[in-house]
Amino acid sequence: MGSAQTQTATQEKQQSAQLKASPQTQLKKVDELLKDYEAVIGIETHVQLNTLTKAFCSCPYNYGAQPNTSICPVCMGLPGALPVLNSKVIECAVKVGLALNCKLSLNSKFDRKQYFYPDLPKGYQISQFDVPIATSGYIDVDLPVEFGGGHRKFGVTRVHMEEDAGKLLHTGTGSYSQVDLNRAGVPLLEIVSEPDMRTGIEAAEYAAELQRLVRYLGVSNGNMQEGSLRCDVNISIRPIGQQEFGTKVEIKNLNSFSSVGRAIDYEISRQVLLHSQGQADQIVQETRLWEEGAQKTTTMRKKEGLSDYRYFPEPDLPGISITEEYVDDIRNSLPELPEMKRRRYEKMGLSMQDVLFLTNDISVAEFFDATIADGADIKLAANWIMGDIAAYLKNEKLSISEIKLTPQELGELISSIKGETISGKIGKEILFELMAKGGTVKGLIEEKDLVQITDPSEIEKMVDKVLVDNPDQLAKYLSGKTRLQGYFAGQVMKESKGKANPKLLNQILQQKLDAKK
Amino acid sequence: MLSLVQNPRVLRLPNLHKIPLKCLHASPTPSPAAASISSAQPTSQILTIRKSLLAGETTAVETAKSYLGRLRRTEPDLKSFLYVSSDEAVLKQAEEIDRKIGNGEQLGPLAGVLVAVKDNICTADMPSTAGSKILEYYRPPYDATCVKKLRENGAIIVGKTNMDEFGMGSTTEGSAYQVTANPWDLTRVPGGSSGGSAAAVSARQCVVSLGSDTGGSVRQPASFCGVVGLKPTYGRVSRYGLVAYASSLDVIGCLGSSVADTGIFLQAISGHDKFDSTSSKQVIPDFTSQFTSVDDMESKPLRGLRVGVIRETLEDGVDSTVVSSLQYAASHLEDLGCTISEVSFPSFSLGLPAYYILASSESSSNLARYDGVRFGNQISVDGLSSLYGNSRAQGFGAEVKLRILMGTYALSAGYYDAYYKRAQQVRTLVQEGFKAALDENDILISPAAPSVAYKIDEKKNDPLAMYAGDIMTVNVNLAGLPALVLPCGFAEGGSSGLPIGVQMIGAAFDEEKLLRIGHVFEQTLKDLSFVPPLIANNF
Ligand SMILES: [Zn+2]
Repeated sequence: MGSAQTQTATQEKQQSAQLKASPQTQLKKVDELLKDYEAVIGIETHVQLNTLTKAFCSCPYNYGAQPNTSICPVCMGLPGALPVLNSKVIECAVKVGLALNCKLSLNSKFDRKQYFYPDLPKGYQISQFDVPIATSGYIDVDLPVEFGGGHRKFGVTRVHMEEDAGKLLHTGTGSYSQVDLNRAGVPLLEIVSEPDMRTGIEAAEYAAELQRLVRYLGVSNGNMQEGSLRCDVNISIRPIGQQEFGTKVEIKNLNSFSSVGRAIDYEISRQVLLHSQGQADQIVQETRLWEEGAQKTTTMRKKEGLSDYRYFPEPDLPGISITEEYVDDIRNSLPELPEMKRRRYEKMGLSMQDVLFLTNDISVAEFFDATIADGADIKLAANWIMGDIAAYLKNEKLSISEIKLTPQELGELISSIKGETISGKIGKEILFELMAKGGTVKGLIEEKDLVQITDPSEIEKMVDKVLVDNPDQLAKYLSGKTRLQGYFAGQVMKESKGKANPKLLNQILQQKLDAKK
Repeated sequence: MLSLVQNPRVLRLPNLHKIPLKCLHASPTPSPAAASISSAQPTSQILTIRKSLLAGETTAVETAKSYLGRLRRTEPDLKSFLYVSSDEAVLKQAEEIDRKIGNGEQLGPLAGVLVAVKDNICTADMPSTAGSKILEYYRPPYDATCVKKLRENGAIIVGKTNMDEFGMGSTTEGSAYQVTANPWDLTRVPGGSSGGSAAAVSARQCVVSLGSDTGGSVRQPASFCGVVGLKPTYGRVSRYGLVAYASSLDVIGCLGSSVADTGIFLQAISGHDKFDSTSSKQVIPDFTSQFTSVDDMESKPLRGLRVGVIRETLEDGVDSTVVSSLQYAASHLEDLGCTISEVSFPSFSLGLPAYYILASSESSSNLARYDGVRFGNQISVDGLSSLYGNSRAQGFGAEVKLRILMGTYALSAGYYDAYYKRAQQVRTLVQEGFKAALDENDILISPAAPSVAYKIDEKKNDPLAMYAGDIMTVNVNLAGLPALVLPCGFAEGGSSGLPIGVQMIGAAFDEEKLLRIGHVFEQTLKDLSFVPPLIANNF
């Protein structure tokens, strides 16, 4: 997944330069210029937690529900209503904090972040300011092999808990807007990275790894299109060798990993071009919007000084205290995380390409693990999953957990082929049946009488029959058309209804033909 | 006589602020005309109603009619209510109680008791405006937890009482709708912000009422109107459904005409609430067990209890009649067996500015939701910022704007440390001061306000003078402690004198002791009656 997107990210590098200056010379010039600059990139990610109820009330949240159908006095910010913390939010935050190798604050608190906007019903957002639940962590990322691969460690500054705002629905006429508060109060984790990334690919992979992480942990569906995972990118450039950071620009509206990569590459080119033309003063602190259609960033709002959110401790909620034991319990219950899985698969002898493919989706990785747990051949299991199964999933638009094939049966299938009970070809046929309809390998083999014929005398009989039935071809063969051996093999296979052991078949056929000479 | 106990940790003076000791036993200041009307001790209206209902001496309908009649008669003068239930609605509930009595069904502890509710406490069947134009016509879709509990206990909610907008004020002059008059003298304020609730109880327009107390808003009007005001410990009563002014200080409180009524009332609304995570899980004692008859009391019923008089509350700026009433209260407590000493509270005067910074800061945040997008008045404009600006400019009154501005300033980057943070440090000092004083004493006493009720308009244009009036009460909110205010004397004024209240401050979650001492105090206070002249002839 990551690889396909990062591929487009690099292609976009050229496009973006073209937008600025169409002549080829200019394009070359930008590429040339880029070599003298370094980009400094940090990402702020908002992850929507998939708790059953919102952060501070008991309303459920379902993406796409009718506007204002999942609201109550608390998340509407009605006078007199008070927030009560959903303890699952802390559990999720601790899980993510641990997975990001953070230091956890055993005593933290909520604060109010104050600003006016119609989608913010209380006029403040309950968030965390000076004592976030987790700080000073890092995340491990393996870059896609197609782009040189390589392992990176990116710092994570902080993870804090907060609530989501509602949504504004703008009417067609544009004369007024409507407010949908379904999303108001949905728990979020804000994850802030260190400015450790240097390229669009690194940034896109950082975001993709966060998505894998929250999915592995089961705390969020991590869906970018639905806004369950939102990335805001901070980016500045500086001439290589310069110590100070350049002016930081924020980019919003990034709805996929590929747009993260492409927007960054566009923005790097834009800033480098300005800087190199002596117009560095035109790189200003601002928020820019990524326009997917035009494939460029445009000014959304300029920042005049720092905005003052007038944070102060939320008086409606008591401080958050967690114990070492609580943290230890969560730590012990953590699943194997993507980085650990990748290192384990690597040790098992799989190629990095395979490793990245298998670990990208937790349900695929779990399927793979379950398949090999019973002793199935590692490489064969990987090949089946990445080949025929992946193709089937793609065609049918299914996830691996939705098909009827179980890892146990895949293991059975693999060992049946390896043990020559069935041929590879038959294996492939029943694989599709297993995926679509379920059942067991043994059951299907019996039901369809598919056991491979490995009895030489039986194959001999079929070879004899084919040679007798095809006197003309035999004559031609004997007269030198040796390529017809393949024809006979096919006929024998057909006679056996595909069940003849191919190796044995060819051996016997060869002997018989030789004997005729 | 006064105790001379010296304690190295809590500075005590042998003399109560240089007041000649003989004053302590002088007859209680100006002898009020009202006192001659009735000298009976305050009796619990709640218990009286219950007794006569169960004995069949009266019906809930008759009781309700008698209160409603008085309410209708006095309301044009007093204006304590912003909304009064229809007679039909009240009588229907009363009939239901009579039906239950007829069937021999179990009755809630407040069955047939007419309750008034301050307008910043949400009621699903009545408007809840918090005295503000910005919430005009607003009807909440839910009942506040305390309202829900009252209904479950059989209480009948008779209406919503007037208040200073969002609780910001000490007179009800800050109400966007009307000014409530003091039943003792219609030209004077009833106090605030729960002025409507205090006046309604004082004039017996209802049996008991709910108020809210952020810096004294239950206690000061109780003192001004001659009723009992109980501010529970922060967390004792759920705030769910209380329109927030300053969340870390706001407490829902009880007003009644006797200590027993406020205690029974508190019993009904106390307890942890899963909808308020700042509500306490402390066990609720049986507050009603201690309201024994005066006939059963021994001669020194409060023997062994230590009472500290806060010296700083008797200093300059406090009316001399208030000081002498407090001295009288102290001597009365001493007669009842208490040991009296003086307590110095060095951080006392710091509490007032700290309170105004913290309360304003929190209010600037709590009131941000009234932005013209969802509530009340939405001013039609072109842009978003003028929608906010115009809606708020027209929806909020002057005092509210003033506090929002102060609070916004105090929380701004660069000022936070100098104001908000400093005020929090003062809050800690105040808490420590109370802790030390209450380690040495069972309760502390002080006046409830530095003066008696003043004239309407007298301080309207002098906010600082009005703020200064909160000096007696704000520290208690900063510390989150319970306090009981009950009438103890009179000053000259009006046709029959103006009531003065004594404030008793207890340790956190020790309302029980306050109620016990308050009850004995009230039941043994001779020759004073706190029924205002307005209704004295027909109550
Ligand atoms: Zn809700």
